[in-house]
Amino acid sequence: MQVPILKQGHYLIASVQAALRDADLINLRDSLTEKVGTYRSRGVILDVTALDVLDSFACRTLSDIAAMIRLRGAHTVIVGIQPEVAFSMVQLGLRLEGVATALDLEEGLEYMSRKTIRIDHAQHGK
Amino acid sequence: MPAARKRNIRLRSQRGASGVFTEIVDHLRTNRTGLRAEWARRIAEAQLLKAMSEDEILTETASLYDNYIDVLETGAVEALESYARNLSERIIPRGVETHEVIGIVLLLRDVLMRSLFVKYQSRMDVLTRMLDAFEPAARRIAVTVAVGFVHERERIIYQQEAAIRELSTPVLPVREGLLILPIVGVIDPKRARQLTAQLLRGIRANRAKVVVIDVTGVPSINATTANHLVLTVEAARLLGATAIVTGLSPELAQTLVTISVDLNKMHTVCDLRGGIEEADRLLGFRVTRVDGPSEQPD
Repeated sequence: MQVPILKQGHYLIASVQAALRDADLINLRDSLTEKVGTYRSRGVILDVTALDVLDSFACRTLSDIAAMIRLRGAHTVIVGIQPEVAFSMVQLGLRLEGVATALDLEEGLEYMSRKTIRIDHAQHGK
Repeated sequence: MPAARKRNIRLRSQRGASGVFTEIVDHLRTNRTGLRAEWARRIAEAQLLKAMSEDEILTETASLYDNYIDVLETGAVEALESYARNLSERIIPRGVETHEVIGIVLLLRDVLMRSLFVKYQSRMDVLTRMLDAFEPAARRIAVTVAVGFVHERERIIYQQEAAIRELSTPVLPVREGLLILPIVGVIDPKRARQLTAQLLRGIRANRAKVVVIDVTGVPSINATTANHLVLTVEAARLLGATAIVTGLSPELAQTLVTISVDLNKMHTVCDLRGGIEEADRLLGFRVTRVDGPSEQPD
């Protein structure tokens, strides 16, 4: 199932609607890394509220996406991990290290505005 | 034919045994006072039942003695089972230990056996028959009493465990975005799971950004629970909340270092006050005193 990627101001929002197959994740990775360049976005918000399981491949792909987005010059935050999912993830040793997380989309947007405020300042300073 | 013979033999041996029992019981009934005094002396000598007064020991030993003889006479342990339960219910709150209960029952066996020795020492064949009959019965009685006592103790332990579990850990919202989770008492795996679930649900319900986990009231911790704590902190991060652990006592700190739990990712502050200050800093709150302290309402 294709994951819709929405452009919202300076950010991209990818909202996962249903369980993802491995191929869907790869698709998501490829289209996100491409679109972040196309739209010159400053941040990517990955919403996984609808997922009730995150396996090791999904976690690795999410980490990969975050690392690749960073190389493309933008921030990534994963939002909406359910409490039960969070605990089973850490029990399996899937810590999503180095990836920012937030409670939900609202918090994610706030995180992004905090992160990108420096960029605005830098641009104004120019 | 062989089967019939076997049954015949068994019947005869049973009859023989019951005859032996009657003789033993008669002997124990007639010498009741002397044997009980001897038993009480041995109990005092072994320093058992120190939690109970002399009168109490006298009453309990008297009824135990009579129950003992009843079992020897009738061979029915049901009455003894209920008596043992009853006895345990009465003496466990007094602080009587398992070894004491087993000790006194075994002492009674020793006293009775010795009296049989004394009485029948000149008639070795009778003595052997007596002991053949007495020993298994005495063993059974000792096991019954011990099992009754241990069951009763276990029942009390389960009851207390359930009571402790009911004292669940509250998740307290203190400020916007700040939760406090004070943990008091020992964390067993069951409680740890409950605690994590409550905390993670609390984070979502209160939209918390910072959680202060206070472990001042935790006397000791083992590797499993320590790792569980680390997992809880990690899981809280996945929900977008920072966890601060406060109140790790020197002993806990030492244990955690000794069992080499990876605490690098844990944000720790020495006490709850420091933890709340740190949380305020992370959340961008600043607490200032307006003027002097306001008047206390009476």
